Amino acid sequence: MERRFMDSQIKGVSTGTTILAVTFNGGVIIGSDSRASIGGYYVSSKTINKLIQVHDRIFCCIAGSLADAQAVTKAAKFQISFHSIQMESPPLVKAAASVLRELCYNNKEELQAGFITAGWDRKKGPQVYTVALGGMLLSQPFTIGGSGSTYIYGYADAKYKPDMSKEECLQFATNALALAMGRDNVSGGVAHLVVITEEGVEHVVIPGDKLPKFHDE
Amino acid sequence: MAKTKELSNDTTIIAIEFDGGVVLGSDSRVSAGETVVNRVMNKLSLLHDKIYCALSGSAADAQTIAEMVNYQLDVHSIEVGEDPQVRSAASLVKNISYKYKEELSAHLIVAGWDKRGGGQVSVRDLNGLLSRQPFAVGGSGSAYVYGFVDAEYRKAMSKEDCQQFVVNTLSLAMSRDGSSGGVAYLVTIDEKGAEEKCILGNELPTFYDQ
Repeated sequence: MERRFMDSQIKGVSTGTTILAVTFNGGVIIGSDSRASIGGYYVSSKTINKLIQVHDRIFCCIAGSLADAQAVTKAAKFQISFHSIQMESPPLVKAAASVLRELCYNNKEELQAGFITAGWDRKKGPQVYTVALGGMLLSQPFTIGGSGSTYIYGYADAKYKPDMSKEECLQFATNALALAMGRDNVSGGVAHLVVITEEGVEHVVIPGDKLPKFHDE
Repeated sequence: MAKTKELSNDTTIIAIEFDGGVVLGSDSRVSAGETVVNRVMNKLSLLHDKIYCALSGSAADAQTIAEMVNYQLDVHSIEVGEDPQVRSAASLVKNISYKYKEELSAHLIVAGWDKRGGGQVSVRDLNGLLSRQPFAVGGSGSAYVYGFVDAEYRKAMSKEDCQQFVVNTLSLAMSRDGSSGGVAYLVTIDEKGAEEKCILGNELPTFYDQ
């Protein structure tokens, strides 16, 4: 654990965020907060969308420097469309996740970010992949990331159930984001959620005042 | 040979009020760097018959503060001729922590029952502000369960609900935090006195991925 600096001190617009992706019966939901901050002191954007569409049914989001996020996802988007043209079929979610993993692993000195890829493909249905800091690729039923995720590990472990319905899953993701945004000072703003199913993609935005409220001191 | 690290109580501690008393809970792991030196340490220390405190941070500092306050409370309760208030215990803890805040690195949650205020939980934040709260979590494991306690806490829970809430929270924190583990200790304090309970690792509630 040699690299203990805060990302914000080396990079610019940065890292505080909460991201998550959860599978449900028939699809997957990927979500994030919308705050971009510099050094944890200044909020440079209150409504940034951290969910990037890399293909028709595949989204990804990155916890880390937003500059890195934009650069990496742009490169990933290009590689994935090229791959999909060569294969003459929509890309597998695993392929998209692998592209991100390659970028992360090959640049692990410069990048300090966690990636989540979520989507739907015809072979395996809804899937969530996470790329950890050093470049390990892992497939999980749900995953959380970013600085705000620390606070919701307990909640997510307790409340996740496999095979939820879409509504239950939306409620779970919204609650988790709201709880994390309530405790993490570098996560906040609105909650962006994208529901991906075989039929298509639906973007839900929940403004701050409509987020669920919990016991507040 | 690696230098011995200081004994630390990086831990998960929680205290919650219910109508008529409080429930305190803690894990039982004490680590020195990467080694677990004690896996069954009870971090709920008695300050008086119906006032306990939960220890976290440096093990030595926390234990010393608890022993000093135990002594001071005994003297104080003899002087006033009755059981001390929870506020008094919390103030005594705060006095020591604040005066020696540069040297000490322990964080104590004080909770108990007295006849004037009923069940109370008192916690001191990093800078020294003392406040009474309906529930408090502390220690390294607490970061992982803020979301869970925010979502699940309800006002006016019964004693059994509180005990279940504390056990669930400890179990979730212990499964995510490397510095928390072992068994769960619970103390329930009400008008009649304090009841200690220990829940072994394999009896703790399990969740989705376990």
